[in-house]
Amino acid sequence: MSVQLPGSQPPDKRLPVSSWSWSVARSGIRRRLRRASTFPFGSPTWPGTIALPPVEKSLGVYYDSDWARSPLARAARIALQTAVSNPLLRAVTSPTVRGLDRLADFDAPAIFAANHSSHLDAPLIVSVIPPRWRDELFVAGAADYFFDTHPKAALSALALNAVPMERQRVSRTSADRATQLLDEGWSMLIFPEGGRSPDGWGQQHRPGAAWLAVRSSVAVVPVYLEGTSRILPKGSRRPKPGRVTVNFGAPISPPSNGDSRTFARTIENAIATLADELTSDWYSARRRAAAGTTPPLSGPDATPWRRSWALGATAAPSETKRRGEQWPWNHKP
Amino acid sequence: MTRPGFVLEVDRSTPPILTWHGEGFRLESLPAGRSRVIYPPEPLESLKDPDATIRRALESPLGDSKPLRELLFPGMRLTIAFDDISLPLPPMRRPDNRQRVIEAVLDIAAAAGVDDVVLICALALHRRMTESELRHAVGDRVYDSFAPIGRLLQHDAEDPAGLVHIGVTEHGEDVEINRRAAESDLIVYVNINLVAMDGGHKSVATGLASYRSLRHHHNVRTMRHSRSFMDPEHSALHSSNWRMGRLLAASGVKIFQIETTLNNDAFPPQMAFLQKREWEWNPRDRASYAASTRGLSLLTPRLARSLFQSIKAPHAMTSVQAGEVEAVHAETTRMVHRQQLVEVQGQTDVAIFGLPHICPYNVNSIMNPILVMCMGLGYLFNLYRGRPIVREGGVAILSHPTPWAFHPVHHPSYIDFFEEVLSETTDPVAIENTYEERYATDEWYRHLYRTGHAYHGVHPFYMWYWGAHALEHLGRVIIVGGDRKAVRRLGFSPASTLADALEMASDVVGDEPTISHFHCPPIMIADVK
Repeated sequence: MSVQLPGSQPPDKRLPVSSWSWSVARSGIRRRLRRASTFPFGSPTWPGTIALPPVEKSLGVYYDSDWARSPLARAARIALQTAVSNPLLRAVTSPTVRGLDRLADFDAPAIFAANHSSHLDAPLIVSVIPPRWRDELFVAGAADYFFDTHPKAALSALALNAVPMERQRVSRTSADRATQLLDEGWSMLIFPEGGRSPDGWGQQHRPGAAWLAVRSSVAVVPVYLEGTSRILPKGSRRPKPGRVTVNFGAPISPPSNGDSRTFARTIENAIATLADELTSDWYSARRRAAAGTTPPLSGPDATPWRRSWALGATAAPSETKRRGEQWPWNHKP
Repeated sequence: MTRPGFVLEVDRSTPPILTWHGEGFRLESLPAGRSRVIYPPEPLESLKDPDATIRRALESPLGDSKPLRELLFPGMRLTIAFDDISLPLPPMRRPDNRQRVIEAVLDIAAAAGVDDVVLICALALHRRMTESELRHAVGDRVYDSFAPIGRLLQHDAEDPAGLVHIGVTEHGEDVEINRRAAESDLIVYVNINLVAMDGGHKSVATGLASYRSLRHHHNVRTMRHSRSFMDPEHSALHSSNWRMGRLLAASGVKIFQIETTLNNDAFPPQMAFLQKREWEWNPRDRASYAASTRGLSLLTPRLARSLFQSIKAPHAMTSVQAGEVEAVHAETTRMVHRQQLVEVQGQTDVAIFGLPHICPYNVNSIMNPILVMCMGLGYLFNLYRGRPIVREGGVAILSHPTPWAFHPVHHPSYIDFFEEVLSETTDPVAIENTYEERYATDEWYRHLYRTGHAYHGVHPFYMWYWGAHALEHLGRVIIVGGDRKAVRRLGFSPASTLADALEMASDVVGDEPTISHFHCPPIMIADVK
């Protein structure tokens, strides 16, 4: 019989089972990769209160994305979307598309204006927009985010036909380019909030979409996306599969008096009404819109936890696919 | 083109902010929408030819002074006094400003045939410098010329034979300074002006004074009426020194003042990220930060301290003025403000001060808990003009390891002060009334100060008084990442993280407090409107 002497090593009481597993190793690798991409290992973010320094003329808003609209690039994009991105998006988001019937009689170039809470929003909308617009559609991408390096800019331009758009201030360069493309018959996808929502609720709309619509006399199609903020919210790097609803609204023509500020509010209200439709029904939403009592996209004016709580309450039930419900992991005959 | 200092309003896109933490630093995220970061101006351009500028300044003095050449004559007694190791911070690369200026003065003295020259390091009650420290300050040529023949001295504020009582000011302040200096035909004072508090009449009236003289302005009342002591126009410390300086001038003590200013280029290129704005960090800066923090985490505190104490700043001279004391100092202050002033609008509920590894009293030494208090609440808190950056009743959050560690040779009386005095009370007035006299006149401390490398017995008291204004002004002081027992002994609250500290602060200043992060070093002065 062995005797444990004071000061000697205690017996090894671990179970004879290795704690190592592939999932543990994978989560460790993911953690390291995530850490490696954030400041100070990755590039620092730029404070919104500091004016951006003059960027290299070939980057940011000055990036020339004309090549992405050449026949070759368009063919490559269609192949990429058909073979890679659309199947992936369908697998991850299981989108339900509503309201396309509102576009049945509409055939002109349009500005699709949507709420924005996830990196999935742009590719998802592009994947569900009817082909007559999708084939000649460009996406307004943040010049300071998607066009700050050459690889990012090239990928954004190729995959989404993104065009750099200044979001910190009004830029003649980006406005002129967008107007020119609209005049040439291209449609546009833009997120009037200017960036992804930090908490799932909407942010204040910027007047860029309305201003471009007025300037080019192009109708705006409001779009409301519900569910992407749960699948890939801002700050998250790994999507959690779930269900998304895309609700298209009726096209709205810009006012003849050229009042883009009022038009911006009209667009925002239209998107809010589309959101309201998803939480109740079309008619109730219309009545609230008529009475001016549509719940705002910005959510309740309350403390962060109550806003977060209210966001959960607005979500449709069983909107998230749980892994256990999916074949083949929990297949039940 | 040097960019001025500025205030960053923190928003969601603001990257984490570098915060000093003793021999290390951290990146801390600040709450968006209610935080601001105060950044110092970038380093001013240095003088193209410092030595030529020094010679010109000596030939074209300010005020009613004659050129130095005309003040020197054969047979005269010339004393050259110079600032001690507490300046600049971190110590600058060779050649030090003092070396450049002293060599220029000695060139002229040699040409004038002056034989009786003595150099005195103006220690006041600071520790005596070692040979290597003196060599670094004055240069090998000067050291080797004067030290071996006993003409490179260090001021002894406890030598009865070496002091002379000049008189009493109209406010009843005794003026007692170094006898050799007072009885010289000319004192040339060689100064390095790092902050607005330095220089002027303070150079001689404090640097060459005795305890009997210093206690008139190094006390709680003066500190509480200096708002701040970095703002000469509103500093009781400054006023007292000016009264003493004018009495010296009226008594016939002739002073030729030479003041130099430095830019705030405080860290070598390998550590350039320490004085850059975080969103401008390039890949090299980020790699330096990552390597530094990783490397430091592998070092023992002692090794980390040695590493940081070996840093020599690439400070460069931005101006040199010579001549009559007050005229010289006015120009010096203007240059210091040009480098350091940052305009700040209003006060906030909370101020965050990341404390670096060094303060004026722990060069080549340990930053003990009392010096942590002095650095945070004495120096950084007082780096303002107008009003403090934190409102009355607000909270100061300091970040420093605050080790329960003391340098036994440099800070012997600090150990007893920490163990005996602070365990009884942290109230500056009670400390001053009950304990100061005993420590100031203790024979053992006096012996260590005069013969070893110890700070004077009363010095920890002065460090405590240095923070008296802040202690009176603030509602709470929290130290992040400090030794809990040491922090509690100081009378402050320990916190593990900055987030915890901000939660604790909300108990005092309410929820959602406004926050200022003082991005120092490099040194700056917040001009609070």
